[in-house]
Amino acid sequence: MIEAFGLSKRFGSIEAARDVSFIARDGEITGLLGANGAGKSTCFRMLYGVLTPDAGRACIDGIDIRGETSKARAHLGVLPHAAGLYNNLTARENIRYFGSLYGMQRERLDSRTAELSRTLGMESFLERRAKGFSQGQRIKVALARALVHDPGNVVLDEPTNGLDVMAIRKLREMLLQLKAQGRCVLFSSHVMQEVAALCDRVVIIGRGRVLADSTVQEIRERSASASLEEAFLQVLGDTEGVS
Amino acid sequence: MRALFIVFAKEFFENLRDRRTLLSALLFGPLFGPLMFGLIVSRSLEQSVLESDVQLVLTISGSHHAPGLTRYLESRGAKLTKQELSENEARAAVRGGASQVVLLVPEEYPALYAAAKPAPVLLFADSADSQTRKVADRARNMLGTYSSTVAQLRLQVRGVSPLLTVPVAINDVDVATPTGRAVMVLGFMTYFVLFALLMGGLYLAIDSTAGERERGSLEALLSLPVARAALVGGKVLAACAYMCISLALCLTAFVWVFRFVPLEKLGMSSNLGVGTALIFFAICLPFVPVGAALMTLIASFTRSYREAQTYLTTVLLVPTLPIAFASVYSLKPTSSLMFIPSLSQHLLMTSVLKDEPIATRDIMISAAASLAVALLLFALTARHWRRETMLG
Repeated sequence: MIEAFGLSKRFGSIEAARDVSFIARDGEITGLLGANGAGKSTCFRMLYGVLTPDAGRACIDGIDIRGETSKARAHLGVLPHAAGLYNNLTARENIRYFGSLYGMQRERLDSRTAELSRTLGMESFLERRAKGFSQGQRIKVALARALVHDPGNVVLDEPTNGLDVMAIRKLREMLLQLKAQGRCVLFSSHVMQEVAALCDRVVIIGRGRVLADSTVQEIRERSASASLEEAFLQVLGDTEGVS
Repeated sequence: MRALFIVFAKEFFENLRDRRTLLSALLFGPLFGPLMFGLIVSRSLEQSVLESDVQLVLTISGSHHAPGLTRYLESRGAKLTKQELSENEARAAVRGGASQVVLLVPEEYPALYAAAKPAPVLLFADSADSQTRKVADRARNMLGTYSSTVAQLRLQVRGVSPLLTVPVAINDVDVATPTGRAVMVLGFMTYFVLFALLMGGLYLAIDSTAGERERGSLEALLSLPVARAALVGGKVLAACAYMCISLALCLTAFVWVFRFVPLEKLGMSSNLGVGTALIFFAICLPFVPVGAALMTLIASFTRSYREAQTYLTTVLLVPTLPIAFASVYSLKPTSSLMFIPSLSQHLLMTSVLKDEPIATRDIMISAAASLAVALLLFALTARHWRRETMLG
């Protein structure tokens, strides 16, 4: 479970996040929907503790990320917005590096890598160096790297960016699979169809603030508009660009 | 501690696969200095040996006006080409390159010579050409000796002691030992050693910091349950390892190169053998973490590979500053100078080359001061990595 309590963050005169609160539950996929620059990445970065909030706090499975950073992170897998790989390492070595930094032993690391390679379909390029990987292959490795320590919670910052239709479909399957395993999945996107198709709950964020936090069904009902698109736009206001 | 070792191992092996790092750390950096050095020293030795053996070639015009001078020049081994030229022709011959140097004896020479008045000869040469200038200098020297010999004979004939013309006799006494003289030549070798050392870690320091940010793996790395100090520590340690390898290769290359440089020909001896190389390695070892931490610190502030490269190549010049300072003020090694990294290493290495005794205390101060600076730089780097701005 991932909880955000009144997270606020300011960069100079820009208020990137203001009193952001929401809960992402286990066994559910929670989507953070917002335009580019709405504050999604800032919120995520506070969740996994690379940014310190000016106010509020974030907890992973009830553990305060600022108080017990290492312990909280052990329960969390992170796919940041920029999920670059080490080009001179093979896919397996990329995964192994992160796994060993999570404190995993060699044997468990190997079996877990084999498992992830199977579910993500990485067998064909597992032993190849990351240099010539396609965007889809890169995301898979980055995802495996985030999941290698078998975390109960997964945070993905715009994971579908730059992926083709096939890869997006694969990723969706992956997220549903993670949900089925009872994990808490939190991902951000600016594509509403994606969020609508996948999420149990949607947190809509604009100008650093939470504008709505409910199920897709509720949002549709509340706005009383036939199309989902209309409903989202109503929540966001006219100025926010969401595709 | 485990995390530090994991980061170290990953950076070490990953960079072994990077051609740019390998070329600069293990080939260009360590070998550039010794090869350049060997080439320059042996070339300049060859030149100076060659020049004294080569015959002086001179075109002479109007030699029949000065048979005594002509005979003298020939007796001193000069190869004379007799050719009658006017003043303008002589000028054209030198300018056109037909002759390097032309000696012209004018018609009035015999009369003035006979009257014991200054008899003119004209020496045509191109002073802008370093090659002919040397020939002209030698010709001028020979003419000078002829002139003073004749002067002494004239005085003797008139019953005056020629010694009267030598009021002061200058005797040069060179007290430099052969090794000491070699140090002049070997002086800038210490810079090449420190350069190779820094060069070894340059690309790894860039790749593990600015490179990590540029390829977008930094945020994922910073999100791991690992202390930032351990991350930076592993990276600095990997840079240290590459610097040590580069340093060792450089010293090996120097030992090898000096086998082929004929320093003895100039009456010099160099004591750069395996033993000295090992001492050099020990002296430079405490400077390794200074360089690694400094480079990692600076590269951590940069946004891209290219930017880091720009700043770090400036860092390569850092060891030159104290060395230049030391040679301008001809600093002697003192204990207080041992507190300055790179300068202390330079002074200690120079002392070893000169075969001078070194105080153990100085070595200890040099090592301790360098390590303290390294620790400070590392603390600054770790502090920067803990900041939010590190994400960029």
